[in-house]
Amino acid sequence: MSMSGTKKSGINWIALAPWIYTIGLFVVWELAVRLFAIRPTILPAPSAIVGALYQYWPAIQRHSIQTLFTTTLGFGLAVVGGLALGLLIGWSRMIYAGLYPLMVGFNAIPKVAVVPILVIWFGIGTIPAVLTAFLIAFFPIVVNVATGLATIEPETEDVLRALGARKMDIMLKVGIPRSMPYFFGSLKVAITLAFVGSVISETIAANSGLGYMMAAAQSQFNVPLVFAGLIMLAIEGIVMYAVMAWVETRMTGWAHRSQLANA
Amino acid sequence: MGDHLVRIENVDMRYGGEGGVLAVSGLNIAVEKGEFAAVVGPSGCGKSTLMRLVTGLHIPQTGSVVVAGQQVTKPVSIVGMAFQNPTMLPWRTTLDNILLPLEIVDKHRKRLRAHKAEYVAQAERLLEIVGLKGFGDKFPWQLSGGMQQRANLCRALIHEPELLMLDEPFGALDAFTREELWQVIRDLHAQQDVTIVLVTHDLREAVYLADRVFVMSARPGRVLHEHKIDFPRPRELELMYDPAFTKKVQELRGEIADARQVA
Ligand SMILES: Nc1ncnc2c1ncn2[C@@H]1O[C@H](COP(=O)(O)OP(=O)(O)O)[C@@H](O)[C@H]1O
Ligand SMILES: [Mg+2]
Repeated sequence: MSMSGTKKSGINWIALAPWIYTIGLFVVWELAVRLFAIRPTILPAPSAIVGALYQYWPAIQRHSIQTLFTTTLGFGLAVVGGLALGLLIGWSRMIYAGLYPLMVGFNAIPKVAVVPILVIWFGIGTIPAVLTAFLIAFFPIVVNVATGLATIEPETEDVLRALGARKMDIMLKVGIPRSMPYFFGSLKVAITLAFVGSVISETIAANSGLGYMMAAAQSQFNVPLVFAGLIMLAIEGIVMYAVMAWVETRMTGWAHRSQLANA
Repeated sequence: MGDHLVRIENVDMRYGGEGGVLAVSGLNIAVEKGEFAAVVGPSGCGKSTLMRLVTGLHIPQTGSVVVAGQQVTKPVSIVGMAFQNPTMLPWRTTLDNILLPLEIVDKHRKRLRAHKAEYVAQAERLLEIVGLKGFGDKFPWQLSGGMQQRANLCRALIHEPELLMLDEPFGALDAFTREELWQVIRDLHAQQDVTIVLVTHDLREAVYLADRVFVMSARPGRVLHEHKIDFPRPRELELMYDPAFTKKVQELRGEIADARQVA
């Protein structure tokens, strides 16, 4: 507390730091571009990117919403599917042993290689983007949920089994609540990956979305617009990440507080 | 003879099928109703295995385990268990942790909702006996190790078990807290109509608390010696400075040393 300097100056520098650093980055960037006279086709200055954002706003807005939509939908499917599969895998050693190598193998496949197959099945557009986001985001959720279930203390299980608890009782009373911090913790990773998935798919096989927009802008050497797309992706990514971090602390505050207490 | 709550006769227990670890062999133990029994022995000699046999978590390959006149073939809910690790669930308050067994044991789970107040009163009474009055709404991670272990005892007793099985419950506590808890468990035994089997490696603890001490051999474990401890009750901590007490502890220590030699 005493280190934050709140008492002395009345300014909370820690809280301001993210803004200061972000603004600092853009200022340095702007100055560097001007100082070294870097051509906008190599690296546009932030002012040029803002100009592009302003000039192309209706299109950018449409593509941004499309990307946010495919990402969120894919992410939502990953949450439902990942939670269900994670619980199933954590339920029994057998299923765990059988499915785990398959999942690791599947996860090792670069998802960009899957997009063409999805295009064959569903055509270009929204569906491959949603599915790619889903495929890439769901693995960390499954692994985390299954880990939460697999790491129940044997003593806890013994105490309950000695009382006549069935597998279902142990899952409901201990396993599921226990895996929730793991689950909510995985959402931050999953949403970030979901953006990767949807943008990959949009870049290769779509006619809307930020990935498509950037690919199109690139082929026309409209570099400021490419960067405007990047900025929009960053903003969407940060906002969704913050939402997931908020959900995590809201839903499983006990896990954080109990860790602090044990530290 | 007829009043034995626990009777283990000629039990062999082998882990992991043919050629696995033979944990106990030719084990014979009888504990009378209302008695406080302690089991001591070298580490790895099968003390925890004994706990699991009595609670029905393991079924022996040969021999018989009879608890309350019934052959044990599956978990018996007339026992409560507590381990060294208190395993309180961090997302539940202390009170809700203590009530957990009632959500499992068949006899109680049907009545729980309608008779909640009655059970809560019972939990609060137990909290008072162990010296945790008013701590029911705290979370486990807000309690010290000793307090968690007290709460753990309450959880083991909430469904009014006839038999309380304690597996090195005080092993992780500092000397002062341990002595406090000896008095807690002594008073619990005096006030509740409960038979206690305490597994411990602390010989003073065994002699201070128990009516009968069983000394086990090294693995495969069986009972080598049985001691009746008849210091009058209630016993005060000063008893431990009594020469007769020290003599008994020394005698046990010698027997354990021999048991380890044989191994
Ligand atoms: N689940 C298990 N599978 C295989 N071996 C086990 C298992 N549990 C205990 N054992 C073995 O059985 C022996 C007795 O274990 P245990 O009853 O835990 O001893 P203690 O509690 O006296 O230290 C040890 O050698 C231990 O390695
Ligand atoms: Mg043990």
